[in-house]
Amino acid sequence: MDLNTVTDVRDGRRHEPWRPGDAWLGGGTYLFSEPQPRLRRLVDLSRMGWEPLTRAEDGSLEIAATCTITQLSRYGRTMGVEAAPLFEQCCRAFLASFKIWNMATVGGNLCNGLPAGPMISLTAALDGVCLLRAQDGSVRRAKVVDFVTGAGRKDLAEGELLRSVTLPARALGSRTAFRQASLYGLGRSGALVIGTLDPVDGSLAVTISAATVRPFRLWFPLPPDRDELRRAVEAAVREEDWFDDIHGLPEWRRHMGLRLAEEVRRELTHSLEKSAR
Amino acid sequence: MSFHVRVNDRSHDDEPRAGQCLRTYLRERGWFGVKKGCDAGDCGACTVHVDGEPVHSCLYPAVRAEGRAVTTVEGLASPDGELHPVQRKFLDAQGYQCGFCTAGFLMTTVALEAERGSAHDDGKLDDLPRAFKGNICRCTGYRAIEDAVQGVRHTERPCAGKAVGKNVAAPAGPQVVTGTARYTFDVEVPGLLHMKLLRSPHPHARIVAVDTAAALRVPGVHAVLTHEDAPPTLYSSARHEHPTEDPDDTRVLDSVVRYVGQRVAAVVADSEQAAEEGCRRIEVTYEQLPYVTDPEAAMLPGAPQLHGDKGPEARIARAENNVAGEVHGEIGDVETGFAEADVVYEETFRTQRVQHASLETHGCVAYFEPKEDGTGERLTVRSSTQTPFLTRRALCALYGLPEDEVRVVAGRVGGGFGGKQEMLTEDIVTLAALKLRRPVKLEYTRAEQFHGATTRHPFTIGITVGARADGTLTAVRMRVVSNTGAYGNHGPAVMFHSVGESFAVYRAPNKKVDAYSVYTNAVPAGAFRGYGLGQVTFAVESAMDEVARRLGMDPLVFREKNVIGPGEPMHSPIGEEEDLFIASYGLDQCLSVARRAIAEAASGEDTSADEVPEGWLVGQGTGMAMIATGPPGGHYADARVSLLPDGTYDVAVGTAEFGNGTTTVHQQITAGALGTTEDRVAVRQSDTDVVRHDTGAFGSAGTVVAGKAVLLAAGSLAERLRTLAARHTGVARHLCVLGAEAFDCAGRTVTLKELYEAGHARGAAEELAADGHWGGSPRSVAFNAQWFRVAVDPATGEIRILRSVHAADAGKVMNPMQCRGQVEGGVAQALGATLFENVRIDERGKVTTAAFRRYRLPQYADVPRTEVHFTETSDAIGPLGAKSMSESPFNPVAPALANALRDATGVRFTELPLTRDRVWLALERQARVLGA
Repeated sequence: MDLNTVTDVRDGRRHEPWRPGDAWLGGGTYLFSEPQPRLRRLVDLSRMGWEPLTRAEDGSLEIAATCTITQLSRYGRTMGVEAAPLFEQCCRAFLASFKIWNMATVGGNLCNGLPAGPMISLTAALDGVCLLRAQDGSVRRAKVVDFVTGAGRKDLAEGELLRSVTLPARALGSRTAFRQASLYGLGRSGALVIGTLDPVDGSLAVTISAATVRPFRLWFPLPPDRDELRRAVEAAVREEDWFDDIHGLPEWRRHMGLRLAEEVRRELTHSLEKSAR
Repeated sequence: MSFHVRVNDRSHDDEPRAGQCLRTYLRERGWFGVKKGCDAGDCGACTVHVDGEPVHSCLYPAVRAEGRAVTTVEGLASPDGELHPVQRKFLDAQGYQCGFCTAGFLMTTVALEAERGSAHDDGKLDDLPRAFKGNICRCTGYRAIEDAVQGVRHTERPCAGKAVGKNVAAPAGPQVVTGTARYTFDVEVPGLLHMKLLRSPHPHARIVAVDTAAALRVPGVHAVLTHEDAPPTLYSSARHEHPTEDPDDTRVLDSVVRYVGQRVAAVVADSEQAAEEGCRRIEVTYEQLPYVTDPEAAMLPGAPQLHGDKGPEARIARAENNVAGEVHGEIGDVETGFAEADVVYEETFRTQRVQHASLETHGCVAYFEPKEDGTGERLTVRSSTQTPFLTRRALCALYGLPEDEVRVVAGRVGGGFGGKQEMLTEDIVTLAALKLRRPVKLEYTRAEQFHGATTRHPFTIGITVGARADGTLTAVRMRVVSNTGAYGNHGPAVMFHSVGESFAVYRAPNKKVDAYSVYTNAVPAGAFRGYGLGQVTFAVESAMDEVARRLGMDPLVFREKNVIGPGEPMHSPIGEEEDLFIASYGLDQCLSVARRAIAEAASGEDTSADEVPEGWLVGQGTGMAMIATGPPGGHYADARVSLLPDGTYDVAVGTAEFGNGTTTVHQQITAGALGTTEDRVAVRQSDTDVVRHDTGAFGSAGTVVAGKAVLLAAGSLAERLRTLAARHTGVARHLCVLGAEAFDCAGRTVTLKELYEAGHARGAAEELAADGHWGGSPRSVAFNAQWFRVAVDPATGEIRILRSVHAADAGKVMNPMQCRGQVEGGVAQALGATLFENVRIDERGKVTTAAFRRYRLPQYADVPRTEVHFTETSDAIGPLGAKSMSESPFNPVAPALANALRDATGVRFTELPLTRDRVWLALERQARVLGA
């Protein structure tokens, strides 16, 4: 929709003082989807020229904030790592269609901080680290699980920019399992759980999102059994952390979160047991 | 910086506004094929290609189109007019109804086909549920769209005189698929001003003061209208032939606001941006008043009164108790009936608020044009309405205008579902236009559709059913509370209708009803497909199913034992409807269809449950419903059929086309009566200029009322032309035979063109046209039955519909392809209301689901194929044996699903919607109870 209070679009490449009423314009798929009466200027990131996806020598993957979902999906389909299927699974977890993927960005999804944000699920599960640049040019890093602090809340200062998110090689080499539940067919996630099994030390991480107000990544040095996993989830996720909105009752989300976590554990440890044999 | 974009090979250099999206940029340049369904990226109606990539143009920052090539639906066909193959396929399958979403589906399908076989092909074209995640169609239920994508052809070209009963294509199809069909807002009006509404933040408040000074200082603002500018007249936004059906409780702008979202003031400006800014600058001082959002609480003594300030002239049943309307009645004595019963079942059922969600929002454009007689100007209101004539009547009454000074016209309407049987924008736009003597437009946003329009009435139905061990009903009692929201538009009428046919279809010696339509401080409810029947049918059909189970009887056998037969009277405790007859009876056939489906499930012929995962529960259930084929109290239609100079025919009717397909039916009826082919018949419609009167396109009246008027006119014209041909040739009248393009008068051919000329030469121009009129009475009844087989996962609450079968008694089916589409669309819409649609309000009555991403509509992935079976019936009242079939398919769906769920799980679900979380929770609680 038209954002009628916006009077100017600035090129993000220019370093101009940040003003109240400014907003970074990534893909625009969130900003243009709701009235934004407080906005006066958009700072356009589309000309930053950031390489969408960069594989470093150490095997890590840096995803630019401006990388579109389409670019990520296509890259994931050809990426030769163990965790590659997770990319497409998370892209398809979007409520939005492939047409939105052509515009929406990974950074935009992270910075919205919504519980159902599948790029949050993906990057949190793969132990992603955000690179953030403040208005004064200073740079800091934050883990995705720490960057998103609540439903729509994130550790982002006024004018601070999410430059990229980096997924370490070790996480990319993990075996993964993915589960999603929604109130509707192909609908918005009500619970999304990802398991990653570290190929080096056999540790298991279970990341619960969508069912919770923020992502919870539970790490187990050795894969837990059913009850251990349940106890760990119940200890980590407090009652008020199970998300309550129109896309699912909190009781159901809690149930689905626990259920999917167990399914993920079983899938990954089952294959582990088989390969051990 | 110079801006440049190429759109469909045409250049545009106008700089976009900073915050403008591509959608409005394109529409402002005349590319009206790009539609606004949601303006938020959810519905896909605005899909265009930018440099070959499909995007939702409502989210696409217009500035980013710089230097790019944009293709809209208007650019799909080749420059010489040759349709794109995808356009052709949507025509052949008739993959649309109202057509408002069609451009989006076309652009998306074209992109999918282009992707096929490319390096980026990820199989979407073979996975349409995923491919169409970003495209919403509210009309079709998606089967027709799937057929279009798959290249299935349904349309046929019957030979002369044989159009009725055939799959004739909708005449507007070529315009729909090329983006050239003109909907309400697809017009350029010079000097147009734009209106935006300031809405109340409070559920109930008196407006103490409104300071408009700052708003008026906004550059481009022409006027700010408040309650002080509005006429004191009270009226109802509901449109009925008889305005006295609805309480007069509404003002154009009121000094008291009664729900969050009610309009407080209107700003009229050169642009929507300026009008919006003006709204933000209006300062309103409110005195907040106590409010009530629960209808039971609203009826209690001491509850805040919404309309306590109004006298008897408002026709509010009991304003002091917030009762807009009520009805009480009893046949026999229900207490005696319950005493005689072996099983008495009592339960309370609840239905939620549902939005019509027509993809075209409410709105209108008012402008002045010279009167035809040259005596000055008149006001023309082009509106997204189902009732042009009734709206003109209301505007004339409101502003004291003679009818010849107001014309109301509807373009193609982008979906209605009852929501546009209402005057929600024309009143205030007319106020502004008259005040400023300038053209004015108001176009609702999608959010306004949710908090500033109307919803389906939420109902609470307490039902008690008694039956003897042999399965004979002894008594049915209902207490019905319908929440009409802050205003009574359609409130009492919906309440009456809800307890009419729903009671009458079952034979029971004792029946009793107490029904209330209650005011609360929430968004008003209004007319909605089914008009109250669906809500009460949910309770009745659920209760009948439950009683049968408790008696150990097959629910279908129980129904067959207790439903009325063809010769029986229709008894409702609210009294007899004198003009209602069973002029054809297909209920037995409807139930046979369900019976057959059950047998197939039992025999294994139905293999739909074979692949159900372990642990899932499987069940089946039926629901049925009866509906009158038109509203009570008269529903009028005029039609005129004329022979044109070129030998083709012109049909003028008042009723509107919003995908219901009545235009096609009127064309077919005319072609049939005049022995010609449908392509020689053109229909003009929904314009107060074209005929004397038409009550409107509601109450499923398009075929049975307007169609009957057309049939009478066409039949009468055929006779007149035959007389003329006989006079012209001197051949005996009975030897003059009308053909597709000419008369055969005992071997001599007189073309219709020649006949027209002869008629004119003889001064018999009047003989070249004929009028038809139908008053909508007497009326018949139509029947529907829905059967579902479902699988339920008790571990997650997920419901899978394994098989969906619908039986429809539409009498003689005028156009099977279209009628099937109506049934499928009705079932899909009802599935939305059954499974997840829910307009939620907060404690203050504020709508919290004012976008499609918060209000789930059935998407491609949600809707199963429904097998549609038509009964072999022919109605003695309806035109050529036809009955109505647009509202009724909705009504049996919710109980059929709930009954199937009961069959599968043992749990009786009494509240809609049946979302997975609620279903899981109920099953979990049951398991706990059983486990304890």
